[in-house]
Amino acid sequence: MRAYAIHAGLLAILLALHFTLPAYHHGNLARVMVLASYAMGYNLLFGYTGLLSLGHALFFAAGMYGMGLGIQHLGLSPAPALLLGLASGAVVSGLLAALALRTSGVAFMIVTLMFAQAGYLTVLYFGEVTRGDEGFVIQQAQRVLWGVDLSAEGNRYIAALLLFGTCLMVSLWLVRSAFGRVLVAIRENEDRVRMLGYDVFAHKLAAMMISGGMAALAGAAYGLLFGYVGATFASVQYSIFPLLWVLLGGAGTVLGPFIGTLFMFYLIDLGSDLTTAYMLIAGVALVLLTLFAPQGVMGEVRRRFWRELP
Amino acid sequence: MLLSTRGLSKTFAGLHAVEAVDLNIPEGEIRALIGPNGAGKTTLVGMISGRIAPSSGRVFFDGEDITRLPAHRRIRLGMAYTFQITSVFAGLSVAENVSLAARRRLRGKALQAEVDAALTRVGLQDRRTQDARDLAYGHQRLLEIAMGIVQRPRLLILDEPTQGLAEGEIAEFVNLVRDVSDRTTILLIEHNMRVVMDLAQRITVLSAGAVLAEGTPAEIHANADVQAAYLGRGSDAEAG
Ligand SMILES: Nc1ncnc2c1ncn2[C@@H]1O[C@H](COP(=O)(O)OP(=O)(O)OP(=O)(O)O)[C@@H](O)[C@H]1O
Ligand SMILES: [Mg+2]
Repeated sequence: MRAYAIHAGLLAILLALHFTLPAYHHGNLARVMVLASYAMGYNLLFGYTGLLSLGHALFFAAGMYGMGLGIQHLGLSPAPALLLGLASGAVVSGLLAALALRTSGVAFMIVTLMFAQAGYLTVLYFGEVTRGDEGFVIQQAQRVLWGVDLSAEGNRYIAALLLFGTCLMVSLWLVRSAFGRVLVAIRENEDRVRMLGYDVFAHKLAAMMISGGMAALAGAAYGLLFGYVGATFASVQYSIFPLLWVLLGGAGTVLGPFIGTLFMFYLIDLGSDLTTAYMLIAGVALVLLTLFAPQGVMGEVRRRFWRELP
Repeated sequence: MLLSTRGLSKTFAGLHAVEAVDLNIPEGEIRALIGPNGAGKTTLVGMISGRIAPSSGRVFFDGEDITRLPAHRRIRLGMAYTFQITSVFAGLSVAENVSLAARRRLRGKALQAEVDAALTRVGLQDRRTQDARDLAYGHQRLLEIAMGIVQRPRLLILDEPTQGLAEGEIAEFVNLVRDVSDRTTILLIEHNMRVVMDLAQRITVLSAGAVLAEGTPAEIHANADVQAAYLGRGSDAEAG
């Protein structure tokens, strides 16, 4: 209960910020919340199950394109388009899982990386449909969900908060459930889990599909809220980002992905004012963090203050 | 028979680790599996529990051929396996380790109660919140045992459970095994001959991968081949 209260507290703060933040940061925070939802999906697989994927952009993009192409070519309205995005992500992650989970460790990283790269190339290859690198804009008129115009700043923030809150609470519930505890056990000692009678493959498969589904939902929401779908989101960069965010914020903590995404977003934002080599700043931050707080921000909080932090 | 094997063999790159082993363990028995280091004991129980794929031969559990079943399905049929090389969840609490073992069967209050009972039984109740990695080696062995018994298996396979335990803990362990043996069949790999002679109804002696002898403790104790291959060598043999 205490855990739920704390996480709900964060949502309350984010809601309060909706009314108080200046426009610039208000917009940033909406973006951060959607990206943090992506990171939370990533964290379920990486932080809790111990599977390091280098191909999550495939799922993020599956959601984004599932949604975007649904609107653009099938004339869907936002709600079914979002569902289509989510479904694409679940299907794609299920298929990739069925293949990639036959490997582990470095091989798993490589396999996920290769398939994500194949996904990126597919987007480029079918340029006529996807508009390739250039991408396409989702018009304001196509972004009205149940009468709410998602291109308006305020609505967009609330929608992002709803998505974020849902992913946060689902993550929290999941990692405290019997299923989630088996995932953590798999991360700790897979062989032992098997010899306790759990189907390790089935658990990993489910974890990857939930993770991929959450990433896809975030991708779909990102496209819908910010009105743009493009191949950049399928590129390797977008596979690396959630890894960085989660590492910074604390892998295997529910709040970590948000903290990491927020931190990195502003680091790059401030950094790019100072130098064009802003990724260098992100790199330095990561090095400092691994030196002084290898468990990430929330991992450090857990270690020092509250061992039971979910 | 609760457990049978027929011609069970394992070859590691030309090395015959286990050769044509026929084992028959009736329900309710405490069976000890002994033999010198490298005799193939761990490999044999590995094939029984599904951790190791046999090169040839079959395994039957409760009359059913389980040779092709993956390990987790065998565990679900009612086998539990404790590792020779301690294999607990180092980063998780003692209680969570045991809970994971019990949660396939139980949830909520019932889970809590069984976990507490198992931890109390092995004397780790007051360490329940510690991380498993912070336990002394002997305590990690006890945790393994708790994770085994909390599953309430029909067949409990214990691979050198007393290794690293203190004298008092060994006596406790012997009591514990006696306790659970009225509802659990036990296959016990053990080097400590006092424990073997105390507990086992029958003993199977493995040597160089093959069954050298099988019989009651008294028969095994009197067996000249066994004396030569195994018992004669260590001071352990004085016990029993
Ligand atoms: N994975 C493996 N690859 C190659 N050889 C192996 C493997 N596992 C076991 N062996 C070999 O098979 C033989 C039997 O090993 P096993 O571990 O089953 O013996 P054991 O009776 O359990 O010995 P101990 O009493 O030392 O535990 C040994 O010679 C061992 O070196
Ligand atoms: Mg052994």
